[in-house]
Amino acid sequence: MRKVLIPTLIFIATILILIRLFYLQVIDEELKLKSDNNAIKIQYDYPERGYIYDRYGKLLVANQPSYDIMVIPREMKNIDTLEFCQLLNIPKSFFVERIKKAKVFSPRLPSVFLPQLNKKEFAAFQEKVRKFQGFYIQKRSLRDYQVNMGANVFGFITQVNDKIIKNNPYYNSGDLIGKQGVEQSYEKELRGIKGVKYIQKDKFNREIGAYKEGRFDTIARQGEDITLSIDAELQKYGEELMINKRGGIVAIEPKTGEILALVTAPSYDPALLVGRERSRNYTKLYNDSIAKPLYDRGLLAQYPPGSPFKILTGLVGLQEQVIDENTSFVCHHGFSYARGRFMKCHDSGVSMLHNGIFNSCNTYFASVYMKTINKYAKTPVAVDVWNKHVKSFGLGSFMGYDLPTGKKGRVPDSKLYKRIYPNWQYRATTIVSNAIGQGEVETTPIQLANMMAAVANRGYYYTPHIIKKIEGQKIDKAFTTKHKTTIDPKYFEPVISGLADVYHLGTAHGLEVDGIEICGKTGTAENFAKINGKRTKLQDHSIFVAFAPKDNPKIAIAVFVENGYWGKRWAGPITSLMIEKYIRRKITRTDLEKRMLEGSLQSEYDKYSGKAPKVDSLLIKKKPLDAQKPKEDEEDPEAEN
Amino acid sequence: MKNQSISNHIDWISVLIYITLVVLGWLNIYSSSLPIEESSLFDFSQIYGKQMLFIFLSIPLIIVILAVDGKFYEKYAVIIFGVGLLLLAGLYVFGKEIKGQVNWYQFGPVSFQPAEFAKAATALALSKYLSDVQVNLAQTNRQIQALGIIFLPVLLIVPHDPGSALIYAAFFLVLYREGLPAWYLWTGLVGIIVFVLSLVLESWVVILIAAIITVLLYYRSRIADRNYVLSGMILVGIAVLTLSVSYVFDNVFEQHHRDRFNILLGKQVDMKGIGYNINQSKIAIGSGGWFGKGYLEGTQTKGGFVPEQHTDYIFTTVGEEWGFTGCCVVIALFVGLFLRIIYLAERQKTKFSRVYGYCVASILFLHFFVNIAMVVGVFPTIGVPLPFFSYGGSGLWGFTILLFIFLKMDANKVNEW
Repeated sequence: MRKVLIPTLIFIATILILIRLFYLQVIDEELKLKSDNNAIKIQYDYPERGYIYDRYGKLLVANQPSYDIMVIPREMKNIDTLEFCQLLNIPKSFFVERIKKAKVFSPRLPSVFLPQLNKKEFAAFQEKVRKFQGFYIQKRSLRDYQVNMGANVFGFITQVNDKIIKNNPYYNSGDLIGKQGVEQSYEKELRGIKGVKYIQKDKFNREIGAYKEGRFDTIARQGEDITLSIDAELQKYGEELMINKRGGIVAIEPKTGEILALVTAPSYDPALLVGRERSRNYTKLYNDSIAKPLYDRGLLAQYPPGSPFKILTGLVGLQEQVIDENTSFVCHHGFSYARGRFMKCHDSGVSMLHNGIFNSCNTYFASVYMKTINKYAKTPVAVDVWNKHVKSFGLGSFMGYDLPTGKKGRVPDSKLYKRIYPNWQYRATTIVSNAIGQGEVETTPIQLANMMAAVANRGYYYTPHIIKKIEGQKIDKAFTTKHKTTIDPKYFEPVISGLADVYHLGTAHGLEVDGIEICGKTGTAENFAKINGKRTKLQDHSIFVAFAPKDNPKIAIAVFVENGYWGKRWAGPITSLMIEKYIRRKITRTDLEKRMLEGSLQSEYDKYSGKAPKVDSLLIKKKPLDAQKPKEDEEDPEAEN
Repeated sequence: MKNQSISNHIDWISVLIYITLVVLGWLNIYSSSLPIEESSLFDFSQIYGKQMLFIFLSIPLIIVILAVDGKFYEKYAVIIFGVGLLLLAGLYVFGKEIKGQVNWYQFGPVSFQPAEFAKAATALALSKYLSDVQVNLAQTNRQIQALGIIFLPVLLIVPHDPGSALIYAAFFLVLYREGLPAWYLWTGLVGIIVFVLSLVLESWVVILIAAIITVLLYYRSRIADRNYVLSGMILVGIAVLTLSVSYVFDNVFEQHHRDRFNILLGKQVDMKGIGYNINQSKIAIGSGGWFGKGYLEGTQTKGGFVPEQHTDYIFTTVGEEWGFTGCCVVIALFVGLFLRIIYLAERQKTKFSRVYGYCVASILFLHFFVNIAMVVGVFPTIGVPLPFFSYGGSGLWGFTILLFIFLKMDANKVNEW
């Protein structure tokens, strides 16, 4: 028996190997196809990228042809380098370096020699391309922008980098891929599928026809056109309003969750990132670490929301039945919530829910919040109940919208407080700042806009999304699924009526639009920065959230202006103009419009900017006529602590 | 007198197979390392030129091996083993790093890989030990001593080159042939199965399967044979192995080790990254078809798509240019050699040379299997050469020494009484 083991193993192993070899060599046809990197030339047929339209069918992004000069180093023969370089207007050193790089990548696979020539550059070269063995021309298409706005919404297309080539077998050197914005989110739909043709070559590298009668060839599939939910006119108007300011605007249609406008400022013409100039311009934009034009503030600017958050404080209080509409608190320009601790308030007198909202009374909401928390014997339990309510509005999560960047925001829960106060019994008074949207709560503009959409709908929202239609496909089911908040619909009416009176009696008085009943809330976000190593308080950010009309809401919006002093000063007027524009399509209050269009916060920003590189030349900008500033005669209506 | 009779007594079948394999190996190395410009066959700056030199230099080596007195290897087995161990240990001090592995001594332009020679030394030492009449592998302390001989070089090799250390598993087959209890092999087999399953499945699934099988076996066996202590211990052993495999895989292995396994197990697809070698290797072999593309006509070989093709992946050249038919011929030659050695081993008159013969057959077989299984993509990427085929002086001479010492013993048996 013992003698048999080794021969048996040899026998079994040999059989196994032979079976495997038989499979690989005789049965598996695919490997033969793959092997013919040499004997078979692969030709790609790149389909045209899908067009992008706005919600009303206006064409925003189309294509223009572009031509890449490709090289296969091994096949280069007898090149007249001088003539070649002259034709393409490149220095010889560039030629040498490019060829070297291509050889390192692979001597027998095509590399891009010179990308994205335009028609004129290409025409001269095309006539002579036959003289240069080893070079050929690959036609691709580049974006052709019909509008000079929405750069952050669209994103851009760029050549794939080595990492993508390595990780995704679809892409080859020189292929284009969408980056940022919808170009990235809907890359698969927009790009289509490239076609492949296999051409048999003989020993002398001559083409002798289709490989195996074209059995493996595939036909290119056109990219799908997509329709965005963006209202181009509103988007453009928003970007114009934000010129010379920094910040973001997010407008959502509450009934559907469709994003109507997604503005970030400063912004740039999307055409800057097309073709050979792309890389240079992108680097410039990228290096501007102060104005950060590539930073989509509508999605990424995460700050404590300030007063708009009081809406939720009120709703949660009602839902938890610690207050009703008539519960009142007395305010003496603030109140002492613990020994030695005083929260300031610009209000005074008796506050109930209604005037609490339109006067934005800190005392009132702090008291509501404390009652909510104190309803439960254990503070951590109460915090988690509150957290659940707040999160049901989409706060503190990425929400799952169809744009590639975002911030999660923050809604504190008992776990977070356990980390902050590991050895301490925190109580309602410890965390009372949350009541007025300070403390640990942080949100992004799109989250605030979505919160307003949920309020406008009286208790539900759809995940915000920018896609309206993909040709021949249904949009993601996640965008047509209703998310209910944990607040009973009946509690919304009293809060909404308070929000309406923000315009009539409260902090946004003077910004009403005739005939459109707007519900809104001002906000001011404190912000700090490290300057020379010291934590310094910077000018507050101006925030405004609103929806309109009050009954049958068509738009919910959040506006955020960096260092814009307080809510009513910048964000408030911009909000009301945006709403009027969307609903009426024209503006009646031309004075206000002019003041906003021409107003600039540049002097404010210059205070902090230091010596960072700037790309002013690339940013969309209008010269302020005579440095108009908004009237300074208003008092800060919200002197929150 | 002995030297004159060597040509009469040496086993010419083995020698012929050896020569055929070496020549075929060189032809394939030539094909895979052919430069674009014309160059002489004896251009020693080229890989094929160097291999030619190594082949010629193995002739005097063989003559010396055959000329030495037949008893020399048995007499000095322990000393040879000691020298082998010293050379391995010396790598830690004087070793030179080539391609990330410290497996080499460098003397001027010549580098030398002691692990290739250590196998022969270990085989001699093990044969010497087992040939002692007092050694009976049924005894536990003898088993431990025999295992000690194997694990000494393994411990020295593992840190540098875990792949080569795997080859020492060959000695277990020899020990089994010489009386090692069968449960060692069973344990090894179960261990390997559990190891692979642990990588593919979740730990708790593996443990559950093992538990079910153990319980079934327990109740299926005769009542007299039931031993719940042993069954329990086996189960615990499997559980520990499973958990430690997942632990080692996640925490001790480095990413490139994990990638190799993941690609093999189909958990990960990465054709342009880590999986590149295996993928290109399969493509090259697969494109050969029934009869191959013809010598020097392999497009994959010429294009240099397969990395390290002249060393560990030399079999891909055979696959591409000679096709399935060529592969069968090469495999037949190897299998013929193994079976011939085993046949010779069985007819030895001394236990020493019989054990040594088995060692030679097992070592060559394991190299052959691990290498080709890796190249065709059914085994993780472990760098072991294909005997007589792969480029490299140390490898070629190591295998030559291993084989010809045995052929010398075999030729000498007429003188042994």
